[in-house]
Amino acid sequence: MDYVPHSDEDREAMLRAIGVASTEDLFQDIPANVRHPHLNLPPGMSEPEVIRHLQALGQQNSNVLEMPSFLGAGCYNHFIPSIVNALILRGEFLTSYTPYQPELSQGTLQAMYEFQSMVCLLTGMDVANASMYDEATATAEAVLTACSITKRSKVVVPDTFHPTTLEVLETYAEGRELTLVRVPTFTIDDDGAFHDCWDAVGAAIDDDTACVAVQVPNFFGWVHECQDIAETVHAHRAMLVVSADPVALGILTPPGEYGADIVTGEGHSLALPPGLGGPRLGLYATRKKYLRQMPGRVSGMTEDIEGKRGFVLTLQAREQHIRREKATSNICTNEALAALAFTINVSWLGPEGMRKKAELCLAKSHYAAAQLDALPGFAVSAPGPYIKEFVVHCPSQVHHVNEHLLEHGVLGGYDLGNVRAELDRHMLVCVTELNTRQDIDRLVATLRDFEA
Amino acid sequence: MIQEAEPLIFERSSPGRHGYSLPDSDVPPLEEDAAIPAHWQRSSLPLPEASELDVVRHFTRLSQRNYSIEHGFYPLGSCTMKYNPKVNDAAAGLPGFSFVHPHQPESTIQGALALIHGLSRLIMEITGYANCSLQPAAGAHGELCGVLMMRAHHVKQGNPRRKMIIPDSAHGTNPATAAMCGYTAIEVPSSERGTVDMDALATLLDEDVAGLMLTVPNTLGLFEQDIVEICRMAHEVGALVYCDGANMNALLGTVQPAALGLDVLHLNLHKTFTTPHGGGGPGAGAICVNETLEPYLPVPLVKEQDGAYAWDYDRPDSIGRIHSFYGNFLNQVRAYTYIRTLGAEGIKRAGEYAVLNGNYLKERLRDAYALRYDRTCMHEVVFAGLKEKAEGVRTLDVAKRMIDYGFHPSTVYFPLIVPEALMIEPTETENKDTLDTFIDALLAIAEEAQTSPELLKEAPVSAPVRRLDETTAARRPNLRWQPPE
Repeated sequence: MDYVPHSDEDREAMLRAIGVASTEDLFQDIPANVRHPHLNLPPGMSEPEVIRHLQALGQQNSNVLEMPSFLGAGCYNHFIPSIVNALILRGEFLTSYTPYQPELSQGTLQAMYEFQSMVCLLTGMDVANASMYDEATATAEAVLTACSITKRSKVVVPDTFHPTTLEVLETYAEGRELTLVRVPTFTIDDDGAFHDCWDAVGAAIDDDTACVAVQVPNFFGWVHECQDIAETVHAHRAMLVVSADPVALGILTPPGEYGADIVTGEGHSLALPPGLGGPRLGLYATRKKYLRQMPGRVSGMTEDIEGKRGFVLTLQAREQHIRREKATSNICTNEALAALAFTINVSWLGPEGMRKKAELCLAKSHYAAAQLDALPGFAVSAPGPYIKEFVVHCPSQVHHVNEHLLEHGVLGGYDLGNVRAELDRHMLVCVTELNTRQDIDRLVATLRDFEA
Repeated sequence: MIQEAEPLIFERSSPGRHGYSLPDSDVPPLEEDAAIPAHWQRSSLPLPEASELDVVRHFTRLSQRNYSIEHGFYPLGSCTMKYNPKVNDAAAGLPGFSFVHPHQPESTIQGALALIHGLSRLIMEITGYANCSLQPAAGAHGELCGVLMMRAHHVKQGNPRRKMIIPDSAHGTNPATAAMCGYTAIEVPSSERGTVDMDALATLLDEDVAGLMLTVPNTLGLFEQDIVEICRMAHEVGALVYCDGANMNALLGTVQPAALGLDVLHLNLHKTFTTPHGGGGPGAGAICVNETLEPYLPVPLVKEQDGAYAWDYDRPDSIGRIHSFYGNFLNQVRAYTYIRTLGAEGIKRAGEYAVLNGNYLKERLRDAYALRYDRTCMHEVVFAGLKEKAEGVRTLDVAKRMIDYGFHPSTVYFPLIVPEALMIEPTETENKDTLDTFIDALLAIAEEAQTSPELLKEAPVSAPVRRLDETTAARRPNLRWQPPE
């Protein structure tokens, strides 16, 4: 089936009005030798047929609702209340375009303004944009912005930063002069335990440094002390970029309070289900003095000609549709609906719910860590405080451990051997408010049966 | 739409009120030494405090201050605001897609991988390309990916080259993307026919040109009749041709862009393949390439062997990753559902009727609005404002007056080369009655411009707000709520 509503009579009347005999006459500019290729596509389907087909494909996937999951590593399964889907699927939000015509887009524009306000409050920054594609692209753009502002090209990152983000940064940096200095900030002893050597970051900063980018909590789950780094960074007139998990910011000091110049983050876990990793929600906040270098759309409050409050897309002189090759970024479409979902959920949670969510992660992850650490052959390693993720050293390669878990209906943690071959016995375990004690006990009991 | 203003959610807040519902902890309390040190904890978080009903009402009222496709006709040129089928949302909402974790073992996501692989194959068939990646999260993200691949090709040949030729009618994302990838954007003018000026192009092409970025059909709604020759000329100096596929809706089923000689194409799945715009995103942008650029696609792709699907990272010449995971997967589910619903016949009809609707509007409006380029258009038509100019009346006024007639305004002042541009794209999902009502409104507005221009200059009067003060908004930016001191 299709969604073309024309009757034969409509079609004929329209062709007559245009003055052509057939629609074929409208395609004469297209070279005849390539016009109307045979398309080897399957025949169309009715709605019951297509939904049955999609259900069958969906049923070939396991999902985190039917199976306890301890996967995180950049994608987190946090609770999204029922109101989020009910509201974001309203056609008025779902099927509207970018709010270029503000008189007809006040709902979207006000929600964007509220989103920007929440991101500022969570991160402790002055201003935020209306979203980026994801944390990786937000961080890549933040780093490139810092290079433009400082007119320097050296970027310092600790090796505890999410490796995928660094890969995206490297892709984005092609064509620019940028030197990425990856600083080793931990060592692993013979027993597989991690040891922090965070001071190495400060030592890598010099007067050529454009920015230092750190992640809080880091890829392995623990939290770094960033106050000292911020001071060193600013002493060298460089900038501090912090990628922060907004769930952790329910409890942690906002990066703005310890001197961050740009804060990025991944907001999907407060907005949308995991969805195989997309859509995501990139957060981007900065200091007022860097506002005009910020990429992406921004909603601003103003008044209409009768003095009524209203909202508009503003500071568009930074953007591609006005500035073209001089724009701060090429970003146009962002993740507006995900930002709306975030705004609804954070409104629902409030300060108390945000704190409770983070505290539940904290309590449950520490319970899981204690149970796992007590298992023979397993050892938890966390050189700093952590909230929902920690590393477990396993008695054999993680992929064997995970196969065993999967056979028993549990999705084990992330295999760190995927990012670094020598970490193939280290599992990154994630525990959120959605993991019940029963789930955790099942993980532990299943591992107790595991024979290396 | 409702006129009544809605306070900020922060202004609806009251201390001690709450709406959240989370379980009590079922594990022992934290040991003292496990806690986050006090000086690492935040002291305050002044987020809104509201009941669940407060939150539901607030956002419901905000939604009622928005226009949408589901309200009525949304003829934004270049945006392809066609109906977004509900079955697509139903498919994307299935737990087997929405609750799948990206790090799950491949054996547990065979259906998702089959869908990505299958959608790639459908898109390759529709566009004629050798391969594609679904990783870009939006059209501009696809452009970035495409131009980085062009660059990788030239680097492999020994010289990245420095210039990117872009028509003066192009979307702003094109020159912005070229600049992000380290290229100097060189503008090529349009001819009197509204397409690339071939003589000017010939003088610009040399061996320092990395490529051209063309939109086909272009932003004037016109098919580049010399496209095959343009591609030949570009290839002759070793340059590549990028196709901005924002307007692919017009070509569905009629021509595969690869057959025209275009080396790389991005698609906006949120335009051509009906995934909803969501007030500005998430989009999804496939990036399609011919054999020359195939080695440079971002990782990972999905490969199939003996009926089993797996991620493919083994691509040594890849430009790398451009997204945290695999792009906006749930929108890929929607686009896949759409293409499977339509099939070959439906895909062809979509393009055919999009062009029929575009030309119908053009012919019915041409006596009242000035046609800049008088020739057959494709899926959209661009007028240079009112045919009979009226004192002090601008295209913006015409657009704002459309609101009072119950329509979303068309795109205005784009493309930049048409003075007083009014760009209308009807899409194939609008019936003749809707188009006729819209035409009557536009004819009435043209009449009003002569008889009572104040109706246009004061419009809109029926929207939730009147015209807004954008100058003050930019000069004294108020971009966030501030907690009371």
